[in-house]
Amino acid sequence: MSLLRRRKPITESSDSKPLLEKEEEEHHQEDDDDDDEEGNGKNKKTPSKIKKKRGEKPPSKWSCLDTCCWFIGCICITWWLLLFLYNAMPASFPQYVTEAITGPLPDPPGVKLKKEGLEAKHPVVFVPGIVTGGLELWEGRECAEGLFRKRLWGGTFGDVYKRPLCWVEHMSLDNETGLDPCGIRVRPVSGLVAADYFAPGYFVWAVLIANLARIGYEEKTMYMAAYDWRLSFQNTEVRDQTLSRIKSNIELLVATNGGRKVVVIPHSMGVLYFLHFMKWVEAPAPMGGGGGPDWCSKHIKAVVNIGGPFLGVPKAIAGLFSAEAKDIAVARALAPGFLDNDIFQFQTLQHVMRMSRTWDSTMSMIPRGGDTIWGGLDWSPEDGYPCSKKRENDTQITDQAGADNAVCKARSANYGRIISFGKDVAEAPSSDIERIDFRGAIKGLSAANTTCRDVWTEYHDMGLAGIKAVAEYKTYTAESVVDLLHFVAPKMMARGTAHFSYGIADNLDDPKYKHYKYWSNPLETTLPNAPDMEIFSLYGVGLQTERAYVYKLSPHAECSIPFKIDTSADDEATCLRDGVYSVDGDETVPVLSAGFMCAKGWRGKTRFNPSGVRTYVREYDHSPPANLLEGRGTLSGAHVDIMGNFALIEDVIRIAAGASGKELGGDQVHSNIFNWSEKINLRLDNEAMQ
Amino acid sequence: MASILRLRKLHYVEPAVKCCSVGFESPKIDEKLDKKEEDVISANNLALGIKNKRKQGKEWRCVDSCCWLIGCLCTTWWLLLLLFHCWPVTLLRAPELPGPGVRLKREGLMALHPVVLVPGIVTGGLELWEGRPCAHGLFRKRLWGGSFTEIFKRPLCLLEHLSLRYETGLDPPGIRVRAVPGLVAADYFAPGYFVWAVLIENLAKIGYEEKNLHMAAYDWRLSFQNTEIRDHSLTRLKSKIELMYITNGYKKVVVVPHSMGAIYFLHFLKWVETPPPMGGGGGPGWCAKHIKATMNIGPTFLGVPKAVSNLFSAEGRDASYIRGMVPGVFDSAMLGLQTFEHVMRMSRTWDSIVSLLPKGGDAIWGNMDWSPEEGHVCDFSKKSHSQTSLSDNNVNNSDVKGGFRVKDLAKYGRIISFGKAASVLHSSKLPTVDSKEFSRTSTSQTLNTSCGEVWTEYDEMSRQNIQNVAADKAYTTTTLLDLLRLVAPKMMRRAEAHFSHGIADDLDDPKYNHYKYWSNPLETKLPDAPDMEMYCLYGVGIPTERSYVYKASPSSRCKSIPYQIDSSHSGEDNSCLRGGVYFVDGDESVPVLSAGFMCAKGWRGRTRFNPSGIATHIREYRHKPPTSLLEGRGIESGAHVDIMGNSALIEDILRVAAGATGDEIGGDRIYSDILRMSKGINLPL
Repeated sequence: MSLLRRRKPITESSDSKPLLEKEEEEHHQEDDDDDDEEGNGKNKKTPSKIKKKRGEKPPSKWSCLDTCCWFIGCICITWWLLLFLYNAMPASFPQYVTEAITGPLPDPPGVKLKKEGLEAKHPVVFVPGIVTGGLELWEGRECAEGLFRKRLWGGTFGDVYKRPLCWVEHMSLDNETGLDPCGIRVRPVSGLVAADYFAPGYFVWAVLIANLARIGYEEKTMYMAAYDWRLSFQNTEVRDQTLSRIKSNIELLVATNGGRKVVVIPHSMGVLYFLHFMKWVEAPAPMGGGGGPDWCSKHIKAVVNIGGPFLGVPKAIAGLFSAEAKDIAVARALAPGFLDNDIFQFQTLQHVMRMSRTWDSTMSMIPRGGDTIWGGLDWSPEDGYPCSKKRENDTQITDQAGADNAVCKARSANYGRIISFGKDVAEAPSSDIERIDFRGAIKGLSAANTTCRDVWTEYHDMGLAGIKAVAEYKTYTAESVVDLLHFVAPKMMARGTAHFSYGIADNLDDPKYKHYKYWSNPLETTLPNAPDMEIFSLYGVGLQTERAYVYKLSPHAECSIPFKIDTSADDEATCLRDGVYSVDGDETVPVLSAGFMCAKGWRGKTRFNPSGVRTYVREYDHSPPANLLEGRGTLSGAHVDIMGNFALIEDVIRIAAGASGKELGGDQVHSNIFNWSEKINLRLDNEAMQ
Repeated sequence: MASILRLRKLHYVEPAVKCCSVGFESPKIDEKLDKKEEDVISANNLALGIKNKRKQGKEWRCVDSCCWLIGCLCTTWWLLLLLFHCWPVTLLRAPELPGPGVRLKREGLMALHPVVLVPGIVTGGLELWEGRPCAHGLFRKRLWGGSFTEIFKRPLCLLEHLSLRYETGLDPPGIRVRAVPGLVAADYFAPGYFVWAVLIENLAKIGYEEKNLHMAAYDWRLSFQNTEIRDHSLTRLKSKIELMYITNGYKKVVVVPHSMGAIYFLHFLKWVETPPPMGGGGGPGWCAKHIKATMNIGPTFLGVPKAVSNLFSAEGRDASYIRGMVPGVFDSAMLGLQTFEHVMRMSRTWDSIVSLLPKGGDAIWGNMDWSPEEGHVCDFSKKSHSQTSLSDNNVNNSDVKGGFRVKDLAKYGRIISFGKAASVLHSSKLPTVDSKEFSRTSTSQTLNTSCGEVWTEYDEMSRQNIQNVAADKAYTTTTLLDLLRLVAPKMMRRAEAHFSHGIADDLDDPKYNHYKYWSNPLETKLPDAPDMEMYCLYGVGIPTERSYVYKASPSSRCKSIPYQIDSSHSGEDNSCLRGGVYFVDGDESVPVLSAGFMCAKGWRGRTRFNPSGIATHIREYRHKPPTSLLEGRGIESGAHVDIMGNSALIEDILRVAAGATGDEIGGDRIYSDILRMSKGINLPL
């Protein structure tokens, strides 16, 4: 910095002074030059003249430089002028322009509801999801000098470009423990700023916060339960005491707001996190928070889940298996040029994979419930989903029935096969597939280990034999996928299974279910005993959402990730595009995962919901923004963009202002969620067993 | 970053100036040429044509060379920027000494006690939650703190939003401005101007992070009890401290208040043990259970004289930073008088400023003829030479005292004097001040109607009263309050419901259970927590405002403030009078007396203000200006805010946070005359 400061005046004076003198000299000598100039056009005049002054330099080079400088100067001036104009412009100007083009905008829901007379009532707690929360550096290695308390994740991501390896190193966790590596402390940003904007201009919670503020919410009635989303849920408590902080803050909110219970709004993975929290808080210390058995009913009015992956997302599998999930690690989407760069290609993907495999939280999103929920080799609840057609809202059900009979009997995607090797395998009837069990396969010692560069993933330990065994098994359902992951990444899964579980409980009273690893799985825990509480599931529908994958072996099996999504596989009729089968959902979470628990698993008094907490499903049909000016749209149903959906915001505000689910209008369904839930054969009755 | 900006500005201005000069010169030369040529070849059409062409060419060339120049500069700038960014980060920082955090980490210090930071006045950020249409687009943007760009863009709108309601001292209808929460609230006040950032960074070095480090941000404009009423700030702080105590293995917290935060926290200490509804209901053992030490940095325990001038004439040097931050706007001729009034009107709606008025009256601050600082030597350079040790100091001081008493003895007790004569004359020659004489005449004759919309309470005062106030009088701390009650009755009525400035005779009087006494150390007892420690950490060695010479403002038009500091008065070299202000030793904002007295005497040992005998320690830090520009604001500064970057102070805090007691870090460390001054104060203990 200081160097710069010192250097500047020198360059400046050397640049500008001679120029001034030159300028004056020119005027005196003008008369002599007149004759030469006549022929030359305006533009050539100056170059030719200064050429004379400078003498020896070749004309072409100089004029080029001159033109460049001139050009840059022009641009700078215009830029400054525009900047000045922009700053001098009244703040409401952009809105006028937008309104002039698109007609008057609808009132934002906050304004509209304020006119209706709604006021802030229940305190609100936000629980952000995976990747949307900011992370900042508290202690780092030398390469991260100067980044103290700067955001490593979220914000501008400037340092990803400047020192990528350093960044990856700091964002990774310890491979063994899933906690901080030695000498590095990266911590979540706290407060509303943690997740209001993910990157500048890319809102997450900001719109919702702004609308809540309209009806009177402020910092004392809102709380962002930011946590380190890389850690497993219980580890956030072990390392940062995050769960204790949330508990204490909720208690404080209730106490300072006249005993009014809080409305909790988790988004995405935050849904699972809060599920974990509700169990944790009532469990006795030391494993739990020791809040006692009625803590939830005393402190929580409603849990308004937005886009909740209750039963996991298939995307997580692709992410863990080959680091290729379309956007589970937003890193790729944010820096596509960088990651797809030819030079870095294999290395970067591996770096990303290595980094994301140290994050326990990604394992919380592996599909739960196995074949019962996600379907077997020949069956899946979404069977017959008419993907190629645009759904029509009014005739939806009849349409669906028709589709069931006609189209889908002939050819329907086998969604149950979450991973298939080759398109033919994905489509063949199950009896035709020859599978060789991979579980016993011996992993060959990898010769490649030493020759590969320092990027280490567990694939190197597998060897060719192991890779082959995986491919030989041909196709994997939700249950065997978990085994597959155990096979290809034993260390990671060993860490993961200590914190998460993916099964379905037979007997929920079994004392083993008191362990925290079951708390975030809705199929292995009971809801708290809080009959007055309400659980909402709000999610977008109408977007293509990843559901199953067609894989192939990667050609360079030596030093890179040996499996790859087969992007050449396409099939119009069965929703296969670029090697991915999709179903209805919000682009990330399939309808089944977001809606099933509220539509069936918890509906009424079931064994998962012994106290009969009321549940509501509210779906929001996606319609893309009408024009560019609208940005990400006010009717979007996409996983993150839905946070700006006016209808959803209105629902949330009404709940916060005191409305119950019934007053809101009960269920609001566009998809086939009830149909699909019907098909799932899950025992809900406790007594039936005995 | 700041220097980059500066650099950029430089770039921007220079070419513009040069361009203009070139631009202006060339037409002149043109004209000259024209005239010559007109004489010689007026008939020659061809030449005329050439001339025209040349004119165009020249004009183009001027613009062209401007562009060229700017282009060059931009290119070099970008080049340098590129170089700067490509520069290995470590190269630039190589010469820097390891900070206290790193050093202490090597010694093996680890984070032990959770730390709570309590920011002072003006340093905390404020953001908008609800505003009028003029503040469109500022939702959750900082109105106070940060870059202050909005002040330039829409000054009146900002003033309106930052003001509170005059009658209640709470939000005006339709406006909600709230304190920024979290560490970002006061780590940097403006970009590059650190407040807590250096301390936070050093704490982080020995292992602190968000879970054991908390910034108790509050809305510093409100009176302390109102922060609880409106925002539940005190309840939140209580809950936060309890949480940190539990989650950090039942380790008591170390609280680090700064400036006004010190009396805010004093208020908290009383509040938390008082039963609801007025208090927090923590019970009588709360402080003893949860708090290990309170390390007050530059505490304003007994108030600051600066607050007087600020309230009286909006002229405080930097009690409110506004003027310092945007001198251009406020001193501009156009807005001139209006701006002062606007600022005055805004700051008078802030109750918190009243909390900073000198407390303890004449007993502490001195009367017409006596003051504890009497005989203070103002030539600080000389003083710091001779004052190498405490014993020397005493000898020296008595010497100097003898020498100066004859010459020119500042009467600090007269906190406001009208005219220099009033500030030096013996008290018997002055007209006595009697508050009863300020009988207010009817306000009907005021100039209210003719004045613009800027309204201060001065407009309601009659001319006669204004002159009465000024007629060759001097005011001490006690009479000053009467004076303020006269000139701003509504403000004082509002604020005095929340603050008191006296000395308690009998602390057991039940009236002292009221919250308005809680932030005055002379009217409350410290909590019953014998293991707790109180520290007073403050800078010394900088002249600090202590009393003022005023005059009636010359232009007594309706819109002006009728009084202003008479800056024409300056004493001789060694005098403490400069620019109408008498100075004493301090940290530029808080005089030593206010910062140190309570720890030096008021609470020392077992006194009636400190019944449980809480240990007190004084740590003074002598100011040393930064030796070079590279050091920025210095690591040995003693100035009120810059002291937060003082290495010695940071080391002390780190050691205490890591578990040391006051005696382990070296007990008292005193450079100033605080012990002698305290001895001079006659306060029953």
